[in-house]
Amino acid sequence: MKSKLNLDFKVVDSARQHAANIAHDMQDFIDRHTTVSTERTILRLLGVDGVDEVDNPLPNVVVDQIKEAGALPTGAAYWMGNAIVQTGKTPQEIAEEVGAGKLEITKLPTCPQEEAAKALEPFIQATFDRIDAQKAKRAEYLQRIGEGPEPYLYVIVATGNIYEDVIQAQAAARQGADIIAVIRTTAQSLLDYVPYGPTTEGFGGTYATQENFRIMRKALDEVGEEVGRYIRLCNYSSGMCMPEIAAMGALERLDVMLNDAIYGILFRDINMQRTLVDQFMSRVIIGYCGIIFNSGEDNYLTTDDAIESAHTVTASQFINEQFAVLANIPENQMGLGHAFEMDPSTEDGFLLELSQAIMAREIFPNARLKYMPPTKFMTGNIFRGHLQDALFNLVAIWSGQSLQLLGMLTEAIHTPHMQDRYLSIENAKYIFNNCKHIGDEVEFKEGGIVQSRAHEVLDKANALLAEVEKDGLFKTIEQGKFGGVKRPFDGGHGLEGVCVKGENYFNPFIARFMDHE
Amino acid sequence: MADNKNTAIAQVDLTQVKPYGDALNDGKVEMAFTLPVPYGEEAEECAKQYVKKLGFQEPNVTYYHELTPGFTFFVVYGSAQQTIDYTAINVPKVEGTVMDRVECGEWIGEHIGRDIVVVGASIESDAHTVGIDAIIQMKGFHGHFGLERFKHVVPYNMGSQVPCEELIAKAKEVNADAILVSQTVTQKDIHIIQLTKMEELLEAEGLRDKIILTCGGPRISHELAQELGYDAGFGPGKYAEHVMSFIMQEVEKRGWQNKPNIADR
Repeated sequence: MKSKLNLDFKVVDSARQHAANIAHDMQDFIDRHTTVSTERTILRLLGVDGVDEVDNPLPNVVVDQIKEAGALPTGAAYWMGNAIVQTGKTPQEIAEEVGAGKLEITKLPTCPQEEAAKALEPFIQATFDRIDAQKAKRAEYLQRIGEGPEPYLYVIVATGNIYEDVIQAQAAARQGADIIAVIRTTAQSLLDYVPYGPTTEGFGGTYATQENFRIMRKALDEVGEEVGRYIRLCNYSSGMCMPEIAAMGALERLDVMLNDAIYGILFRDINMQRTLVDQFMSRVIIGYCGIIFNSGEDNYLTTDDAIESAHTVTASQFINEQFAVLANIPENQMGLGHAFEMDPSTEDGFLLELSQAIMAREIFPNARLKYMPPTKFMTGNIFRGHLQDALFNLVAIWSGQSLQLLGMLTEAIHTPHMQDRYLSIENAKYIFNNCKHIGDEVEFKEGGIVQSRAHEVLDKANALLAEVEKDGLFKTIEQGKFGGVKRPFDGGHGLEGVCVKGENYFNPFIARFMDHE
Repeated sequence: MADNKNTAIAQVDLTQVKPYGDALNDGKVEMAFTLPVPYGEEAEECAKQYVKKLGFQEPNVTYYHELTPGFTFFVVYGSAQQTIDYTAINVPKVEGTVMDRVECGEWIGEHIGRDIVVVGASIESDAHTVGIDAIIQMKGFHGHFGLERFKHVVPYNMGSQVPCEELIAKAKEVNADAILVSQTVTQKDIHIIQLTKMEELLEAEGLRDKIILTCGGPRISHELAQELGYDAGFGPGKYAEHVMSFIMQEVEKRGWQNKPNIADR
């Protein structure tokens, strides 16, 4: 297809090559390391769940015990496999014994690695059977009841109470929503464990727990049948427990997960080594399970200026794409992010937003682009806010976005009320229908504002990527080139949970999850 | 008088004001809300009666729509009857003159004679940096530069989810003149709980009168801040220059010009 922006695809290829080199460079580091959260993910995938007497999740209890014994470099998979060989019990039974203080998993007699690996096989198979059944179920739904057209209408629920969330989510689906995201309670991203069970208390959101996932999945399947449209469920594979939540999402059939290679580093001050290792494990799971990941480039524009720093968004999209390639994520599961966050008082700001959005589509033609609404310049004037959201919707249909996180007129006031979601869905449906083929009809003036802007941003993104490639991603983040936020290599949360793999380390899941089309 | 028939346009009586639609004292108010009742004519009547009960006359349901079974959304107009004596209103405001960024820098140089140190953070569970960044970060917000761009001001931005204890420790470490606390999330009054914790901890450390304590956020007013024991509060539409104008004049008022160290105050 001819570029509407008259983009120079040699520059696009160059930017993509820089990003690929950056990601490969990081992958060497990632392959040498593991983390406590990655090891807990392995245990979860072997069937370990539940909590001990004082509500510590069993995956944490077991990994902490291994870590304290200095045995983490060998990996949780070996110790669990060995324990199965030595005791003849299941991973869950073994974890319960560790939780009850009856077993020290690293103090058992040891078997050879091959024997431990073999003992894990039936449990690995059981997990894949379950995940494959979930994938088949999604495929069956999509085939039988279908789905809404793109851009998918994506709304959030955030009551703090999972049962109240269900009411809000089902109402939104009946009004036309295609994707429901359950916003997490503030501060969950920094918890180094995943809470357990159904929850009814949260601030600005609801805890991500496996039981909460299950409750919402069931509710959305029910309402999906009722409205004759598959309703996708979204949650957050991010923060300190990034890969564990991806595993929970795989088991409970989440469809969309927020997952960014560098977001946690910049915006939650999570250590960069920890995040990069964790994102790899989470992404191989996401790739296999047919989950669309959403990267968080939109966030750069809440701390940095959307006009001056637009190229950092584009550069980060390239990097997120290349990390996804390394985790074998299909293009149609790459929900690369960007946002409509320019100061609305900017002259011709709409043209700049349009240029950026069309450019993202032309550079990543098969990606499931995720477009985020105005938040930074929402003022509490709900009438103007509704108009800002309308312009955002117009850019989305014009530029062919895939996932449209709907703006709320009450942004900056409160988490959405039921009627706010209705008004925003109505806004989007009106514009998407009324302007359906505007993108096919309109071409841009050669060398005009829209084209020139795209060329400028692409050139700057390419130059930034060249620089990042030269300095390495770690150093670039230390220098504050993304989102204007500086983070040190050895700073931030969770560094103590990173460890170099030992000689006998093995993770039985990576290869299995990578093995798909 | 509202009903003065001798003038073409009635004059407003500030002792008895009510909403204005397109004529003085028509009391017109527009409302939008949801009732947990099934959609239908009974729902419409229910909204009408509810608005009447709120004290509005001539309620007019201009639009209603089913959100989901059992919930109906309404747009309703009504004429308000209650009035307020505007002349008796007293709103606590942050004292002092507001100067712009350049004037602030010059004023500090002239009146304080040393740099003013401030430490800011979005505290406890709040993960939002947008507020504290708007005040501190060099680029500021909406064309108003942040404190990093001010002359004679040394700001520290600790970001979000900072425990109160850490913020206080940092303030002590750098001998801050003022602490800026940002709170964006207000669901279930979490901001009140966290702001109170901050104030109490500072009090417990014996620092309350040695550091100027301010807070800000989209749902924060000066009045609320004062109720919570803060020296000042900054809500929507307030930028770095408002915050620094207050702090620098407060530093002068407290005679801290030659007391850069907390221990001496």
